[in-house]
Amino acid sequence: MSTTFTLNGQPVTLEVADDTPLLWSLRDDANLTGTKFGCGIGMCGACTVLINGRATRSCITPTKQVDGTAVTTIEGLDPEGEHPLQQAWVKTQTPQCGYCQSGQIMQAAAMLKDFPDPTDEQINQVMSGNLCRCMAYVRIREAIKLAAADMRGAGQGNEPNDGTDTTEGAAS
Amino acid sequence: MRKLTDSRPKDSASVLASGRAVAHESARKHVAGAARYIDDLPVPVDLVYVATGQSSQAHARIKRLDLSRVKAASGVLDVVVQADIPGKIDVAPVYGGDPLLAGDLVEYVGQPIFAVAATSQEAALRAVALADVEYEPLAAQLTVEQSIAADSYVLPEHHLMMGDPDGELMHSPHRVEGEIYVRGQEHFYLEGQIGQASLTEDGGIHVISSTQHPSEIQKLVAEVLALPFHHVVAEVRRMGGGFGGKESQAGPLACLCALFAHRLRRPVRYRMPRRDDMVQTGKRHDFLNRWQVGFDDDGRIRAAKMVLAGKCGYSPDLSEGIVDRAMFHADNAYYLNSASILGLRCKTHTVSNTAFRGFGGPQGMMAVEAIVEDIARALGKDPLDVRKANLYQPGRNETPYGQAIEQHILSDLMERLEDSSNYRARRTAITEFNRSHVCLKKGLALTPVKFGISFTAKHLNQAGALLQIYTDGTLLINHGGTEMGQGLYTKVQQIVAGAFGLSVERVQVSSTRTDKVPNTSPTAASSGTDLNGMAAQDACDRIKADLLAFAESHYQVSPTAVRFDNNRVYLDKDSMAFEDFIKEAYLNRVPLFSTGYYRTPKIHYDRTTAKGQPFLYFANGAAVSEVTLDTDTGEYKVGRVDILHDVGQSINPAIDIGQIEGGFIQGMGWLTTEELLWDDAGRVISNSPANYKIPTAFDTPETFNVALYDRPNNEETVYHSKAVGEPPLMLAISVWAALRDACASTTDYRFSPRLDTPATPERVYWALRACEAFNRSNEQAGEVSE
Repeated sequence: MSTTFTLNGQPVTLEVADDTPLLWSLRDDANLTGTKFGCGIGMCGACTVLINGRATRSCITPTKQVDGTAVTTIEGLDPEGEHPLQQAWVKTQTPQCGYCQSGQIMQAAAMLKDFPDPTDEQINQVMSGNLCRCMAYVRIREAIKLAAADMRGAGQGNEPNDGTDTTEGAAS
Repeated sequence: MRKLTDSRPKDSASVLASGRAVAHESARKHVAGAARYIDDLPVPVDLVYVATGQSSQAHARIKRLDLSRVKAASGVLDVVVQADIPGKIDVAPVYGGDPLLAGDLVEYVGQPIFAVAATSQEAALRAVALADVEYEPLAAQLTVEQSIAADSYVLPEHHLMMGDPDGELMHSPHRVEGEIYVRGQEHFYLEGQIGQASLTEDGGIHVISSTQHPSEIQKLVAEVLALPFHHVVAEVRRMGGGFGGKESQAGPLACLCALFAHRLRRPVRYRMPRRDDMVQTGKRHDFLNRWQVGFDDDGRIRAAKMVLAGKCGYSPDLSEGIVDRAMFHADNAYYLNSASILGLRCKTHTVSNTAFRGFGGPQGMMAVEAIVEDIARALGKDPLDVRKANLYQPGRNETPYGQAIEQHILSDLMERLEDSSNYRARRTAITEFNRSHVCLKKGLALTPVKFGISFTAKHLNQAGALLQIYTDGTLLINHGGTEMGQGLYTKVQQIVAGAFGLSVERVQVSSTRTDKVPNTSPTAASSGTDLNGMAAQDACDRIKADLLAFAESHYQVSPTAVRFDNNRVYLDKDSMAFEDFIKEAYLNRVPLFSTGYYRTPKIHYDRTTAKGQPFLYFANGAAVSEVTLDTDTGEYKVGRVDILHDVGQSINPAIDIGQIEGGFIQGMGWLTTEELLWDDAGRVISNSPANYKIPTAFDTPETFNVALYDRPNNEETVYHSKAVGEPPLMLAISVWAALRDACASTTDYRFSPRLDTPATPERVYWALRACEAFNRSNEQAGEVSE
C-alpha cells in the first residue's frame, strides 16, 4: 500500500493501492496534473512519463512497479519549463488544443537520448504511439529537430532531469 | 478607487497586431503541463463521481429495471432514473428526442438508462454493472439502406432544384450513374467528454463543461432542474479538442452533474471513460450518395441528380443542418447547370450522429468529386481538366440553392498550385512509372474545396463581447466563443491589442462564461473568429469613441489626430503612455468598458423555396496529393502533398497554417484509416484506439507543403480574413482521389473503380480487383469483336 520513489528529483512515498495506475497516483495523490488521461489502455500516449529515463505509459503502469525508481513528469522536465523541447515546441507553435503535448514532449525527451540527431523516419517510428487529434505532427517533427540541434549544441547542460545517469538513459 | 496604481505593465519589445504569427496564448502552459483542463481542477474533498448504466440493446422496451444491487454497492451515494428528473427530460439541441435518461424505450446500444453517483469513479463504474435489466427486444434498423426501405426518417426530406435536370439529362450526349458509401468518423478528442457542477448559494448551479456551446449547457441544466436561467452559470476555459463533438454532446454530462449536485448538495464531476465516449456520443454521419449525371463532350456537367442519405441515428440532434450542409456542398466548386439534390435524414437504432468539422459538407462533396472523375475516365481526360472545366465562373455562377458565386478565385488558385506542385510533369512521370511497374502504382490528384461560411441557422450568426480596460493599462476581453485549440483566444487577443496599438500581453482573454456574455452561439461552423472577433472589435470601437471624445475635450486635439500605437497614445504632436492616458480618462469619468455586438449581414434562406443566400462568403483551397500503392496488398503511402489555401488576409499565419495542416491530416484519417464499425446487434465495435486508427506521425505525408493564398476577403469580415477551421479538412479528398487514380492506372485510366471510404488497404485491394475484372471483360469484348 506504500510506494517510495524519486519524483521529479524529490523522494516521495505514496500511500495508494499497489495496482493503482501510476497516472492516477501522480494526478490525484501527488497533485501533478500535467500528465493526462487519454484512453486508459496505453494506446494514445497522453499519459507518458519517464521511468528511469524511459518513456512509459503511466495509465497502465501499476504504482508499485515504480518502487525505487526515478519518475519524471512534464512538471519535472525542467525546473523553469525551459527545456529545449519546451522552447522548440513554443517556437514552432506546435500546440493547438495542448492536451496531448506533455505526453509528446516526454516521449520526445526519451527519444533524443537514443537518437540525438533523429531522422524523419526515426521520429515517425518513435512518436507514432503518441496520438495528437489536432494532427500537429508536422510541427512536432520540426520541434524535435529544432530541440535536438539545440541540445547537441549545448552539450550535457540540458539533459532531462530524469534522475538517472546518462549512460543508463542512453542505452537503446 | 481612492488611489490609482503606480504599477506599469511589462511590455514585450514590439507591438504585435494582426497579421503576425503570435504564439498561442496558452502555448507556454501547454508545454509545461500547466494549462488546466477540467479534470485538472483541484479536487474538492466531497467531490462525487458519475457513471451511467447503459442499454445493451439497439431497440427494446424495458420490461423490468431492478437497481437494488446498484444502490447497495459500496461507495454509491445516489441513483437516478428518468422519473427523478425534476424538470425537462429532453436535452436535445433542436428538435427533441434525446431523453437525458431513457424511459421504458431504448433506441441504441449504450443509451443511458440510469445514472449513479459515488465516492469514486471506480465505485460508480463497478456499481452500474450490477443492474438487472429485462428487455423486450424490438426490430432494430441499423443501416441507411434499411431506413430508406422502411421510409423511416428522423426529419422530413429537403430538396434543392435548379433548372430542368430530367430534360437536360435526357438530352446530354453522355451520362454516368453511380454511388458511394462514405463512412462517418469518431471525434477522438484527446480530452474526453467531461463536466463538473457545484451548487451556488441561491440553489443555482455553476457548471464547468468541456463544451463548444456554453449557452446551451446553461439552458439545458436550467431546464432539467427547472431553474431560471439566471441561476445557472456555464463556464469553459479550454477544451482538449472539440472538432464538433462537443457542440451538443457535452450536454448530458453537464446535466447529470447538475442533477446530482442539486440532489446531494455536493460538487460532482463526470468524466467519461474512453470506451463510453466512443459508444455513447455521436459521430460524423455516414452518407450513402447516389447520382445520375449528364455531360457534354468537354466534360461539362449539364445535369446532376443526387440523393444524399445521412445516417442520423435514433434522433434528429443537429441532422437538419448537417444534411442541409451536405446538400449545399454537393456541388463543391462546380457549376451543375441543372440539378436535383435530395437530402434524406435516415433513422437508425444507433447513437445519434452529430457535428464533426465540416458538418456534412465533406460527405456531400464526395459525391461530386467521384462524379468528375467518372466523367474524366469516360472521356479519357485528366480529372484535373474536367475539374477545371466545371468550376464556377462568371456567367456560370448559380448554385443549386440560388446563391450566386461572386468571388472567383479557384481558377487562379488551382493554376498556381498546378505550377508550384509541378503537376503536369509529375503526371507524365507517374504515367510512365505506372507503365513500367507491375506491383507498385502511383496516383496523383488535384482537388479543390469551396466551403460556405455562416451558420445555416440564421439566428446563430450573432455574437457578443465584453471589453474592460483597467487603470493600470491592461485589458480583459470576454466573448462568446470557446477555445478548443483552434487559436480563437489568440486571434481575439490580437484583434483587441491591435485596435489599441498594444502588445498582446496587455490583453487577457478570460474563460467563456454565460454570466459575462449571454445567449451565445456554439463555437462551430468555422465562425468563431468571424463572429467573436467582430464583436470584440465593436467593443474596442465603442470604447475608443468615448476615449476620442475625451481626448478632444481634455487635450483640445482633433479626434483624427489621436493615434494608439506602441503602447502609447499620440495626441497630435504629444504622446503619453497608454496607462497614463487611461488613468486620466478614468479620473475624468470616461467609461472604460463596453459590450460589443456583431450580426452577419446579407444572409437568408427560405426552406419552402429552397433558395437563398445561406453563406456570407466561401473559403477556398486546393491540394495535390501523390500516393504509391502495392497492387498485391492494397497497402499504400502518401508521399507528397501540396496545399494552397485561401484564408483571406490572415490574422495569424502560424495558427492558420496549423489549422490547414491539422485539418488535412484529420480529413485524410477520415478517408483512409478511420473505420467506424458496428456489429449486427448494433454495438459499436470500433470503441477504442486499439480498433479505431487515427493518423499518427507515421501517416503524415513525407513531403508536406502548405501555403496561404494571400488575398483579402471581399466581404467586410474582421481584418478581411476568412474562416479556416473546417475547410482544410476537405483538401484530403485529394488523397482519396489519388488512390482512385492509382487504381485507374491499372486499366490504362479507362475505368475508375468504386472506392468507398475509408479507403483502407482492404477496400483499395477490392477496387484493384474490380479493375482486373474490367480489364478481363474488355479483353473478352475485344476478342469477340475481332
